[in-house]
Amino acid sequence: MKRRGRMIFFLLSAAAFAGVYLWGLRGLPAVGHYRGPYGDVLNRVATYERHVTDIVTAVNFDYRGFDTLGEEFILFMSVIGGSVLLRRQREEEKSEHRDDNLADESPERQAPEPSDATRVLTLALVGPLVVFGLYIVAHGQLTPGGGFQGGVILATAPLLVYLAGDLKKFKQITSHTLVEVGEAVGAGGYLAIGLAGLILGGSYLRNVAALGTTGTINSGGTIALISLATGLEVAAGFVLLLYAFLEQTLEIQLRGEK
Amino acid sequence: MSLLAALPVVIPLSIAAILAALNKFISRRCSEILSILATIATGCICGELLLQSRMQPVINWFGGWTPRAGVALGISFVIDPIGAGAAAFTSLLVLAALVFSLHYFETVGTLFHVLMLGFLGAMCGFALTGDLFNLFVFFELMSASGFALCGYKVEEPESMQGALNFAITNTVGAFLVLSGIGLLYGRTGALNMAQIGRTLGGSPDGLVITAFVFIMAGFFIKAAVIPFHFWLADAHAVAPTPVCVLFSGIMVELGLYAVARIYWVIFDGPFTTHRWALRELLLAVGTITAVAGAVMCFAQRHIKRLLAFSTISHVGLLTIGFGLLKAGALAGVALYVMGHGMVKAALFLVAGILLHRYGGVDELELHGRARELRATSIIFLLGGLGLAAMPGFATFVGESAIMDTARSMGQGWLRAIFFFSAALTAGAVLRVWGRVFRGMGKGKQAQAAGAKNIREERETKGAGHNIPAVMFAPAATLVLLAIAIGLAPGVQRAARTATLLMQDRTAYQARVLENAWIPVVSAGQEHAPMGTELAWSFAATAAALGLAWLSLSRYWPGKNALTRPLAGAVYRLRAIHSGHIGDYVAFLTFGVAAYGVLLAFLIELR
Amino acid sequence: MSFFPYVVAAWLFVIGLYGMVTSRNFVHLVICLAVLQSSTYVLLLSIGYRVGGTAPIFAGVPVGTPAVDPVVQALMLTDIVVEATVVALLLALVLQLQKHADTLDPDKLKALEG
Repeated sequence: MKRRGRMIFFLLSAAAFAGVYLWGLRGLPAVGHYRGPYGDVLNRVATYERHVTDIVTAVNFDYRGFDTLGEEFILFMSVIGGSVLLRRQREEEKSEHRDDNLADESPERQAPEPSDATRVLTLALVGPLVVFGLYIVAHGQLTPGGGFQGGVILATAPLLVYLAGDLKKFKQITSHTLVEVGEAVGAGGYLAIGLAGLILGGSYLRNVAALGTTGTINSGGTIALISLATGLEVAAGFVLLLYAFLEQTLEIQLRGEK
Repeated sequence: MSLLAALPVVIPLSIAAILAALNKFISRRCSEILSILATIATGCICGELLLQSRMQPVINWFGGWTPRAGVALGISFVIDPIGAGAAAFTSLLVLAALVFSLHYFETVGTLFHVLMLGFLGAMCGFALTGDLFNLFVFFELMSASGFALCGYKVEEPESMQGALNFAITNTVGAFLVLSGIGLLYGRTGALNMAQIGRTLGGSPDGLVITAFVFIMAGFFIKAAVIPFHFWLADAHAVAPTPVCVLFSGIMVELGLYAVARIYWVIFDGPFTTHRWALRELLLAVGTITAVAGAVMCFAQRHIKRLLAFSTISHVGLLTIGFGLLKAGALAGVALYVMGHGMVKAALFLVAGILLHRYGGVDELELHGRARELRATSIIFLLGGLGLAAMPGFATFVGESAIMDTARSMGQGWLRAIFFFSAALTAGAVLRVWGRVFRGMGKGKQAQAAGAKNIREERETKGAGHNIPAVMFAPAATLVLLAIAIGLAPGVQRAARTATLLMQDRTAYQARVLENAWIPVVSAGQEHAPMGTELAWSFAATAAALGLAWLSLSRYWPGKNALTRPLAGAVYRLRAIHSGHIGDYVAFLTFGVAAYGVLLAFLIELR
Repeated sequence: MSFFPYVVAAWLFVIGLYGMVTSRNFVHLVICLAVLQSSTYVLLLSIGYRVGGTAPIFAGVPVGTPAVDPVVQALMLTDIVVEATVVALLLALVLQLQKHADTLDPDKLKALEG
């Protein structure tokens, strides 16, 4: 279709679509008057049953843990998919060695050197970020946090190294094989904890670890363990994605310069 | 609770994780064997669950969270014969695809198998779950693996475009579904299908209708019903053959399964007195899909795209079957899905063999070249006859069940739609058979090229003179299975028992929320297909053969005064399929709006 | 005011669709898809909100204080991860498209017509 025709066709359809959507939205209770039973029941019982204070994490990793398992594998498959889609083709493999050697020599090939201010700030933040990420992962069952949030924070640490240096430095600190294995171990770990629930408790993903004391790090049973596995998987997954994208971007840069 | 219930999802995903961890350390052969073993194990477990669920649906609450006072706290798998059957069928097709790809793919070692296993696990979870948001999560998992598998051939820009069209439209669909789920959650405060169905009572108001339209439209995008079907042809034209097998064989049908499941458990309560409105909408939509798909199919020359459009046409027929909203027709749909899936998978595998041997899938370029492939030619011929629902195939059993119900409701005119679709789609496949495998027809036909710029590059190493057994065996097995099911006694009755179970809303809710034990009602004695049905099917097959022969002979009418308007209409229909993502999204918006407005109108009117 | 967040959700959905239909650049299109996805966040969170409710975190707060719905927040976490990963996959596809077709304009891709 021509652009104008498409736009008119769309605008008319969108008006009707918006009309239908708003007509449906009218049937919802007013904002601020949540009535449903699901959230209220969980708010009342979760702390007592699982000794956690962060109900959202309890929902994520225990009550609806199977959903989160699926979601973790969505991340896993997307990272694998990203690696597959961004894989180096044969011709790029051949030029890899050549470019790595020349990269140091030719001044035009290099990305602009980051300024000293950037270097200092980013490198200074790497350490605190890693600690903060680990803190968030570990305290998911007490305060807002958990595997996903903490994992993403952890994944930004190598990214800061990339910003401070270049792709070579990034590759030096992240061993591709190790990160791949780490991601798979994280995903597999979640599955394994669920299996433990099946074997020891009769139901997949049953919380079979010691529940500990409310308000301390040692609480929640398998919730804490799953949180750790998830943190590992998410961090490794995002590092792998960054790796694949950065390599391909460099390819495009080099290809453009030829 | 059954110990097996979680395994159809856990096994494929575990092996996928293991293969990903050992990616750099194990050989390709090892990962191939592991993934095939995992698929066989999953299939066996699904089969076992199918047997167990015939007594009583298997209900598994994850984490041990059983419902309290009718409020579901956790996520449940509710495994009934239809769901377990779908999961088992998925395993069968994935097995066929994996065996076929033993001789495939030069790069990327084990990651292909990781994606395939993820795809398998997602589809099994999708078919077995009883929780709406869990359904969405598995839908997305299926999509993520699917997008990557579709775009596997990264060197071809058409491949990227096809994969992007697929990914973008399906993601919009997923978020439509999520919006619908949000609306339902706002009204009922629950995510469990049984609980929502129970809470949603009375007559449908704006929210219920909109939620249903959004969820239905979102899943119809996956199922490639008009006007959401555009992505299917693009994706099939560029995806690797084993992936096409899965897309056409079971993935799009699962979209329809989701709508059926959600309708019967959740929405049938409010919609009971308005079933006729939904029926009218679905029959209309199904008819348009079947007809347009069939016409587009006949006009293609790229074999994979031709098969893709035939899938769209048959999905239209399935929508008609579901749209009748009766157990008998739904049983027919289940059997048709199996028959069609097997036959279509076999046809795609043969296309993959042609690609391997001759380096192309263009019908005109392959003219006469496959004369030497005797056995493969027979498989392709049988596949074409199966598409026409010739008696003897599972597709015929399904179709006759649908038509039985239709006739008993006074909708006998639907026979003409089935006839049209069979004649054109099977006619197109038989035309391809005649031209490629028998060398019939003039080299240059008066046939506009479709998607002529797709360079179909070889997917495999080396074009040996022998077709490797691993490429031939899956196709042959699937076709023979389709015939076996078509001839086996008692399948129709078993299917009807299963769909009666699926439609029993109150029993489902009681079983899930109160763990009630309610005996399963067996369907009545099945009767042999009526003479008229046999006659119609043979006539459709004959029409397909005749059409194929006619289009290859010199009697095929060229451009004259009679055919020009017809050719013009077909030309305009093809022009709409532009490959442009903006067009697709515009049609998507139009489709959702149209469904919503039409359904609201029909329901509010009376 | 108590209906306005829902209107925002509907608006985001429609404006995301508009951006996708009129887009001239695939990267822009993917970001419009992300905008469309945010509409579901707004919808879910508005549904779960309770006036005067605290966060569903009971560290230092006694169990039983009125709190907002934790389930939608958990759903949203899942939703965000799904969005991020889908966008990543799409951008990977776009990147390869740029590399091999040298264009990012949907109008210029003619291979899949008919």
